[in-house]
Amino acid sequence: MAYSEKLLEHFKHPKNVGTLDKSKKSVGTGLVGAPECGDVMRLQIEVDDATQIIKDAKFKTFGCGSAIASSSLATEWLKGKSVDEALTIDNMAIVEELALPPVKIHCSVLAEDAIKGAIKDYKEKNNIVESKS
Amino acid sequence: MSVKRIYLDNNATTPCDPRVVEAMLPFFYEMPGNAASRNHPFGWEAEEGVNQARQQIADLLDVDTKEVIFTSGATESDNLALKGVFEMYARKGNHIITLQTEHKAVLDSCKRIEKMGGEVTYLPVNRDGLVDLNELEAAITDKTILISVMWANNETGVIQPMKEIGDICAKHGVLFMSDATQAVGKIKTHPKKVGIHLMAFSAHKMYGPKGVGGLYVSRKNPRVKVTAQIDGGGHERGMRSGTLNVPGIVGLGKAAEIARLEMAEEAQRLSRLRDMLQKGLMDRLEECYVNGNEDHRMPHVTNISFKHVEGEGLMMTFNQDIAVSSGSACTSASLEPSYVLMALGLGDDLAHSSLRLSLGRFTKEEDIDYAIDAIAAGVNHMRDLSPIWEMYKEGVDLEKVVWTEH
Repeated sequence: MAYSEKLLEHFKHPKNVGTLDKSKKSVGTGLVGAPECGDVMRLQIEVDDATQIIKDAKFKTFGCGSAIASSSLATEWLKGKSVDEALTIDNMAIVEELALPPVKIHCSVLAEDAIKGAIKDYKEKNNIVESKS
Repeated sequence: MSVKRIYLDNNATTPCDPRVVEAMLPFFYEMPGNAASRNHPFGWEAEEGVNQARQQIADLLDVDTKEVIFTSGATESDNLALKGVFEMYARKGNHIITLQTEHKAVLDSCKRIEKMGGEVTYLPVNRDGLVDLNELEAAITDKTILISVMWANNETGVIQPMKEIGDICAKHGVLFMSDATQAVGKIKTHPKKVGIHLMAFSAHKMYGPKGVGGLYVSRKNPRVKVTAQIDGGGHERGMRSGTLNVPGIVGLGKAAEIARLEMAEEAQRLSRLRDMLQKGLMDRLEECYVNGNEDHRMPHVTNISFKHVEGEGLMMTFNQDIAVSSGSACTSASLEPSYVLMALGLGDDLAHSSLRLSLGRFTKEEDIDYAIDAIAAGVNHMRDLSPIWEMYKEGVDLEKVVWTEH
């Protein structure tokens, strides 16, 4: 199938590939998916304690081109956002931005889950009580 | 702009040999006749073209020309053989034995037969893709009418023990059918020598055109009959109606002739290149596994799993210039990984990580060098991106990680 230019760009030159030190209190890690399902996404954020702004985000993904592009895009969007703003990132925005075909929508869901997982991990580490929404 | 394009997906389809195209061309315009038109030269010429092609195929398969039925391709041939035998031999029994690793044309025909009241046994294969002959023999009942085993597998290239299966069929008086699509024209496939009674093949897997194929149906010892699945003018000795695809059939014939003359040399050349490719990748990359038996394998195919790398993503790193295929779920409409690799007992993760590399007549040595570099670079790139590769390298036991399946 033919992929969008944006998707191919994120796949060929993925942004923010790497690993943050997960022992740090300021780092939250989300690990979603399973090798048996063909995709595993690990997304990490580093949060500035004082401002609650995400100052760095890194990812590593085992998966297809769409999964890699979705996670690369997610890390780009995360940087500079506050933790609460980050929670509003919706998978359909990723679908639109990368023009994901219907069979690849689950890749964007995985990215949203990874974001939520990383934020949850960060909050738990720092005893921040989840606000009921 | 000269973009290098290397085609290593010859098991999907082969390019047409230019000599085949050349043989076909006159039958589009200069000799446009219907082979069934008996009363003018246009018809005679077309019939002559078809007769010659039938002879060329009979020579390749070492069978009689009357035993060759032309069809639209191997899928139709598989349908005709399986359903045709099931209907024709309904009084003798309703049980068919086949393998879990067969092509969908066979498996889906068998599913249909089950709906029609048939019983089908789908035998598993060993870790190396081969059928267990004892299990095969044990599966035969007094209701068994047909055993259908593919000659060579499309994904792994694994060659089944055809002669041994033929002997078992003969011993029990059961018909033996083979989908030989991947083998005909590439290795010696003489159905009579191994006891096959029906054999399906296709032109576009042997450097002929798409849309034409054939079915060998034994006429002597035993004389096999199949119930036609397409009704019409009673062409092909009543087994397959429909105006003959004369240019296609001529192309299939020419492809068969070229294959017969060049097969031995070509197989040698291809197995050397295939071994180069496989060794080149295995030497450069750790944690790679060849899928399927390497001693009983087609000369031009290798199927390799690159651990902790997902196949579709891997292909995307080089698919601008190298064409291969993968058993990854992401490449299939069903989002399931290859059932063939799963039947070999590979875990889902290794099936997702597989590439099928199939060489062909027009593959050059320099293509192989280029492919080794590009695929190895792709695997390394994907592993740099892979969290499970990182975990594996850190010594994390991936079996013990609690994954969130979705």
